[in-house]
Amino acid sequence: MPGADKETDLSERIESFLSELKRCGSGAGSLRGSAETARETSALLRRITAQARWSNAGELMEIIRKEGRRMTAAQPSETTVGNMVRRVLKIIREEYARSRGSSEETDQQESLHKLLTSGGSSEDNFRQHFPHLKANVIEAINELLTELEGTTDNISMQALEHIHSNEVIMTIGRSRTVEAFLKDAARKRKFHVIVAECAPFCQGHEMATILSKEDIETTVIPDAAIFAVMSRVNKVIIGTQTVLANGGLRALNGTHTLALAAKHHSTPLIVCAPMFKLSPQFPNEEDTFHKFVSPHEVLPFTEGEILSKVNAHCPVFDYVPPELITLFISNIGGNAPSYIYRLMSELYHPEDHEL
Amino acid sequence: MADSDGRQIDSINHAADGDGKGHGIVRAKTEGKELTKEEKQRLRKEKKQHKKNKKDDKVPTEKEKEKEKPSVQAPSKPVTQSPTHKAAAPVPVSASASESLAAAEKPVKTKAELRAERRARQDSERTSKQGKKEGGQQSTTSKPKASPSELQPVVKRLPEHVQVDDPAALKKLAKKLERQQKSGQGCGLNITGVKVPLRSDYGYKVSLFSHLHQYSRKNPPTQQISIPATVIHPSVVRLGLQYSQGIIAGSNARSVALLHAFKQVIQDYSTPPNEELSRDLVNKLSPYISFLSQCRPLSASMGNAIKYIKKEISNIPSQCKEEEAKGKLQECIDSYVNEKIILASEAISKYAIEKISNGDVILVYGCSSLVNHILCDAFEKQRKFRVIVVDSRPRLEGREALRRLVKKGIRCTYVLISALSYILPEVSKVFLGAHALLANGYVMSRVGTSQIALVAKAYNVPVLVCCETYKFCERVQTDSFVSNELDDPDDLIVTRNGKTHLENWQTVKSLGLLNLVYDVTPPDFVDLVITDLGMIPCTSVPVVLRVKNVDQ
Repeated sequence: MPGADKETDLSERIESFLSELKRCGSGAGSLRGSAETARETSALLRRITAQARWSNAGELMEIIRKEGRRMTAAQPSETTVGNMVRRVLKIIREEYARSRGSSEETDQQESLHKLLTSGGSSEDNFRQHFPHLKANVIEAINELLTELEGTTDNISMQALEHIHSNEVIMTIGRSRTVEAFLKDAARKRKFHVIVAECAPFCQGHEMATILSKEDIETTVIPDAAIFAVMSRVNKVIIGTQTVLANGGLRALNGTHTLALAAKHHSTPLIVCAPMFKLSPQFPNEEDTFHKFVSPHEVLPFTEGEILSKVNAHCPVFDYVPPELITLFISNIGGNAPSYIYRLMSELYHPEDHEL
Repeated sequence: MADSDGRQIDSINHAADGDGKGHGIVRAKTEGKELTKEEKQRLRKEKKQHKKNKKDDKVPTEKEKEKEKPSVQAPSKPVTQSPTHKAAAPVPVSASASESLAAAEKPVKTKAELRAERRARQDSERTSKQGKKEGGQQSTTSKPKASPSELQPVVKRLPEHVQVDDPAALKKLAKKLERQQKSGQGCGLNITGVKVPLRSDYGYKVSLFSHLHQYSRKNPPTQQISIPATVIHPSVVRLGLQYSQGIIAGSNARSVALLHAFKQVIQDYSTPPNEELSRDLVNKLSPYISFLSQCRPLSASMGNAIKYIKKEISNIPSQCKEEEAKGKLQECIDSYVNEKIILASEAISKYAIEKISNGDVILVYGCSSLVNHILCDAFEKQRKFRVIVVDSRPRLEGREALRRLVKKGIRCTYVLISALSYILPEVSKVFLGAHALLANGYVMSRVGTSQIALVAKAYNVPVLVCCETYKFCERVQTDSFVSNELDDPDDLIVTRNGKTHLENWQTVKSLGLLNLVYDVTPPDFVDLVITDLGMIPCTSVPVVLRVKNVDQ
């Protein structure tokens, strides 16, 4: 029967996506960039919307929430997955509100008056059935996908506004966003890039080879030399894994040192991050913030006898507080870290912060 | 110097004195055209001196000084008034005469306009000579009485290893190395190809560092030396190879190895006839030092050790027998090693242990022999603490420190420097070693040390630097660019998951690898420096240097 086939097909796809997430999370960061993950997540959510059985918005939201929880549990450090789920939930709420005819603003504002007068009425709001809701939601998700396609280009278009000629720019590790940003600026301007290799994964080496192929003067330095060369650097441009709700970053290990060195020399720190990396989490949870990989990257098994007597740590991420960041460049333009909370309220509904 | 000036005045005032110090006095009796000839001779002599000064080494030798004295005194004779004018007012030595050897010139008031003109010309020449004169000639033997009140202008010559981008400096170095080859050929044998080799740079150098050398470990400097190398003692050749291949690394280890090699050299040395040990041995050491600095630029501690040896050698009295002198020198070297390195580390350890309390979590970086010694001592004295060893690519020296500490039984954790922000909230103290302490309070140490101090400051963790006083150096530096060392750039290449991204970095013309060895930490990041003289703040380094100089 076609219905059952669709169901099994859907669950198969979800399972394969989950196993991909689990697999690519280990080792040297993600094997594919966050943009790809975001796109795949959105595509999967669109498929769920199209093929799953639901009759009203509330049920759809439940299904999506359930799948979203499973996906984030598979790879907690890959926050783009959760972000996309929240975006889709917001889309559903908006479409529902539009179908109902009420404007979006009144739904959002949780004023004291509303809390007292309406009581628990917001709960049943999603039980009404609208025939065109499915089509509207799928169309909105398609728009989201097109937006995702264009994020890198939107960011790199702003490159010439921020880089002048004969600059010395420092970056760390490998970020596809920063790569595109610098390549775009290099078409018109001549500048020098210093890449910190970011041990133990040494993704900086790949970044340097890619940049130097575009005829950009690149220098690779070990992580230990970051402070030593910082006095000659004009700007620091980095990418990040996640932008947190307070404007801080969860970025590659070593980024906090880089940010402190930049602050000491009063060098501006620019973060290139597309909007789908913005996550409503705060950096308070000590145990869940850090992700560790096998310590053999740090202390290989060839060291032999001392291995059993030594603790070796290999964290993947670093927390960078918002005071050290000068500017966020995203696909919707440049923002200060203090504005991030506002952007977040536009992207996600407060009730979706906890999936 | 003051005595010789007095003698000069006396000899002038007793006009009839015919001392053999130059024909100047005799000629000075007649005036007029004779003086102009004399003046030409003086000018010629000054030009010769001028050229000679440019070729000099940093460390002055007695020989040169003695040569200079008569040549300077001779031209000054005609300047000082003729014996007929007995009213020779000895002009007080001007402040510029703190330049040791120029002190003998005294412009005196004369009636003749000619003399005034000559004096004016002299003044201009003297100022130009001062400008080019090397301050190295005014180290320990310059006027000691003048030092407390007068601040001597120090015009230091720039060391060769930071002038790689200047072709003139490179040519000078090549000529100097050739000269040292010739000085070794005393016996008339025609030895081909024996000289101190000039090492060539390797690979593309980052433009910010084009003034420094960058050597490859695969091209050792001994490739160009024939066997047997008669100019360079074999233990020095071995030492140079050990330096260039990184077998001996670490400031203390390098200095001790250097002193042991020099002990061997002194043992095997025999004074050639008609030469004095005190002068000839110093000359013999010069090509060795050039060779070693070609293998790897000298460290501050090595520089201080060499200065000490040279001073000891030149202080050997000439009537001392060779065997006795050699024995004395060997004793001096032994006592230097014992006092400045071994006993100093005991003293530092005693001070440092007061700073380690039970329950401490101590962070160390890389492998510093002194810090390891302190921790092992503290562990033996039953202090309870654990250690976090931070390491960095490409040298990965922390693993050596880790092995030593684990062997002792200390509980250790090991991370790379990029995980510093993660591990620092657990840390209660940071102990760092130093390669040298500069006179403006900056700490020169392994690259990465300044980063550790920076992040520790941000987390409010105290930073303690441990350094022996023999590593204190009179240089000043504010950033890590002007004087540094570039290591082999191929060390940065790594193979991960079967892929080596930087394998062909030489073929890509816009790609450069930078492997720095040292960096400087500003004094505001350092809370305390523990030395064998006690616990001092970073800014007291010039005080210690001054105290040491007065002692010597």
